[in-house]
Amino acid sequence: MHRLVSAAVPLMAALAAFACAAVILVALGASPVDGFRAIFSGAFGSVDRLSVTAVRAAPLILVGAGISISFRASVINIGGEGQIIAGALLSTVVALAFPDLPRPVLLPMVLVAGLVGGGIWGAIPGALKAYASVNEILSTIMLNIVAVQFMNFMLRSPLIDPLEIERGTRIPQTERLSDNAALPTLIGGTRLHLGVVVAIVAAIGAYVLLWRTPLGFRLRAVGHSPDAARAAGIPVKRSIVTALALSGSLAGLAGAILVFGSEGQRMVTDGSAAGFTGSAGFNGIVAALFGGLHPLWTIPSAYVFGGLITGANHLQRVLQVPAALAVTLNGIVVMFVVSSSNVRERMSSLLQARSEFRESESTIASEEVVSS
Amino acid sequence: MAQDDDSPMLEMRGITKRFPGVLANDSIDLTVRSGEVHTLLGENGAGKSTLMKILFGLYQPDEGDIRLNGESVKIVSPSFAIEHGIGMIHQHFMLVPTLTVAENVALGTRSTRWPLTDPAVVSERVSEISERFGLAIDPSVEVWKLAVGERQRVEIIKALYREAKLLVLDEPTAVLTPQEVDEFFEILSGMRDSGHGLIFISHKLREVVAISDEITVLRNGRVTGHTTPGESDRHQLAELMVGREVSLAPDRPPVDVGEPRLVIKGLSATSDRGTLAIDNLNLEVRAGEVVGIAGVSGNGQRELAEVVAGLRPAKQGSVVQINGVDAVGAGARTTRQAGLAYVPEERMRDGAIGEFTVSENLVLIDHGSKQFSSRGLLRFAEIKRHCRQLVDQFKVKTPGLDTSTSTLSGGNIQKLILARELASGPTVLLAAQPTRGVDIGAAEYIHQQIIAQRNLGTAALVISEDLDELLAISDRIAVMFEGRIMGIVAAEIATREGLGLMMAGVAEGSPA
Ligand SMILES: Nc1ncnc2c1ncn2[C@@H]1O[C@H](COP(=O)(O)OP(=O)(O)OP(=O)(O)O)[C@@H](O)[C@H]1O
Ligand SMILES: [Mg+2]
Repeated sequence: MHRLVSAAVPLMAALAAFACAAVILVALGASPVDGFRAIFSGAFGSVDRLSVTAVRAAPLILVGAGISISFRASVINIGGEGQIIAGALLSTVVALAFPDLPRPVLLPMVLVAGLVGGGIWGAIPGALKAYASVNEILSTIMLNIVAVQFMNFMLRSPLIDPLEIERGTRIPQTERLSDNAALPTLIGGTRLHLGVVVAIVAAIGAYVLLWRTPLGFRLRAVGHSPDAARAAGIPVKRSIVTALALSGSLAGLAGAILVFGSEGQRMVTDGSAAGFTGSAGFNGIVAALFGGLHPLWTIPSAYVFGGLITGANHLQRVLQVPAALAVTLNGIVVMFVVSSSNVRERMSSLLQARSEFRESESTIASEEVVSS
Repeated sequence: MAQDDDSPMLEMRGITKRFPGVLANDSIDLTVRSGEVHTLLGENGAGKSTLMKILFGLYQPDEGDIRLNGESVKIVSPSFAIEHGIGMIHQHFMLVPTLTVAENVALGTRSTRWPLTDPAVVSERVSEISERFGLAIDPSVEVWKLAVGERQRVEIIKALYREAKLLVLDEPTAVLTPQEVDEFFEILSGMRDSGHGLIFISHKLREVVAISDEITVLRNGRVTGHTTPGESDRHQLAELMVGREVSLAPDRPPVDVGEPRLVIKGLSATSDRGTLAIDNLNLEVRAGEVVGIAGVSGNGQRELAEVVAGLRPAKQGSVVQINGVDAVGAGARTTRQAGLAYVPEERMRDGAIGEFTVSENLVLIDHGSKQFSSRGLLRFAEIKRHCRQLVDQFKVKTPGLDTSTSTLSGGNIQKLILARELASGPTVLLAAQPTRGVDIGAAEYIHQQIIAQRNLGTAALVISEDLDELLAISDRIAVMFEGRIMGIVAAEIATREGLGLMMAGVAEGSPA
């Protein structure tokens, strides 16, 4: 019963979101039926579209799996954007520094560099929270801004392609990175590359970490009850740092995959975070929430979101609606899903008789709200 | 409520409630009349709280019928229950600490000047209620400033303010000091005299005998007996409840005491509010002895336990050593590695994680040991084997090892924590209120286990507000008052009266 509800609510949210989207399409003078058909065929309509969607989904899977880790430890990570950038930058630096290494060496190195870069960017707010009680929501958001500016600085001067200076065009981008760092394509003629496999493996790894290892056990313990964890001898502060570092490192890996799975095989900035990340740092959060903060469920949920993004882009081209519609659609779905994850929680806690010491309290609390 | 003078205030008939793997209530009948204190007595997991939650609309029964003043009702929610004059005092208070007493009481009720508030009217009614039932409370004081006993009174006022006629009190005395219990019983008597019906749950037979008019005994979800304090004394009640004879005082064979394992010298520490909670305290616990700490709660016992466990910092110059290892501010990992087992007072907060499964909580401390993990992965088969053994050995009543711990009954959670702590093979055992909320059969078992540890050479420090418990299991009893040890007496020569005097701050025995 309660399983059913927790599955049905996000689907209902998606339906409600589509109803809103239909209204907007009509207002723009387009047929909703055609619109949805365009979205669907753009997302899942052919092998090619399926693989584009998969490539779009890969960073969402990674960010989402990372978010699942931090949320399980009761740490909220809104810093995916910054962590993606940090991972991308470090992996780019590594690729620039060792362009001649053979692929079996260089490719793992740049991926690890992505993990490390994002991990460091995640560990900073983790340490601030653990040791200076700085709210991680604020610090992760701030660090997003810092990361963007740092990326712009790096790509405008130290890492800029020397050709850009020579020509005087000064486009903020690196030179073409070593082909030995490129993520190989899996199916000829499509965009499907190894990064998708890496993302899925990492999500499975996140699952194993959370539920099969002593480390994950500790993170979950800290997430549920820092007091009980502390009394049991679990290092609470260190666990908080670890959770954010792990979460950040998966986002950082996404950053590396964005660079080395890109067609240009280089890192470019248009000055904004979204210009590089495609907002994967935020959409990954939604994918994780949609997947119930479970790393494995994040995989299909990220795929659906990837489909929404590619589908909306397709819609824009086919129906000639404004580009902003793609972003709006995405926003609507996000809004419904995020609010529904609250609804879902509330509904399942109503259905599932919960703890002796919490259930009665929350029920009473909501009763009082209702009756006041 | 339609008043029908012949029918009892509450009749529950054939109430049955099933949970996955558990028959929590099996066709239970309960009748409560106005002007009576009706006690529910039963082992941990017998189904008392479940029955009360059904009455308060928190659970729906699978079968059965509830009548209020002769009228059949379906209690669909707590607000329905409140509307029909049922109040429930939860063990965990639901008060907003930053609001005043009056504001807390008014919360969730409709003001007479809606949508504006009417603080004067509320305050007046609160004062009226507190006066009528002797619940001395200032309506304008903020709740965080109140002691536990006072907060409970606020909860009672809340229920009376909502015009509750039938009040459910699920283990209300577990958190009260003996003095507070006496005052609490006076309040209950006052309510009884004014025609309220009271349902009382407690594992302390002394209290049950003192306050009850009627006693219904539950076992395994069924009513197994009905009696009154006049008919049954404490021993008979214990037998009715557990189904066998219970020894209220376990055997304590003489043991040679060894070297000091827990050494506390010149310990001073502050409370959370920054006041001095422990004031230059000295104490030694040797291998093979149980030292009991008696005292009215709030005299530094909680802080003492936390400092010894390594969880609370102490003032410069304080010495606390566990087998020679410094414990002050060292963290629980260090103290546990030094040989400490720690049963915290607040079991729900510090002792177990409600959302974790039974087996996860049983390996909460040792999950990273070689026994339970290898090459970075948890060894589930071994964890399962170990946990099954502990659950059997300590008779933790649970449908399975993967059951969420929060669904266990209160006493069974305490048993789970004790099983984990005692199984770790400690050389120093620190237990705060080890049998709070635990039924007498289980308390007997826990006492036996603590003494078995002592016989093996463990140094045990037991903090308790239950003097009977301390007299039964301790070799020496130290009384704490205002952060100091007032005196230490050998258990053989200790008396309730003598300890009571010291607890009130009157020095006796050997000064610390
Ligand atoms: N929400 C729930 N889900 C599953 N099982 C439950 C739930 N609540 C209670 N139980 C089970 O029902 C049985 C009765 O529990 P209950 O809390 O009523 O016991 P109790 O008599 O109050 O015990 P205690 O004296 O320890 O408080 C227990 O076996 C418990 O595990
Ligand atoms: Mg109970």
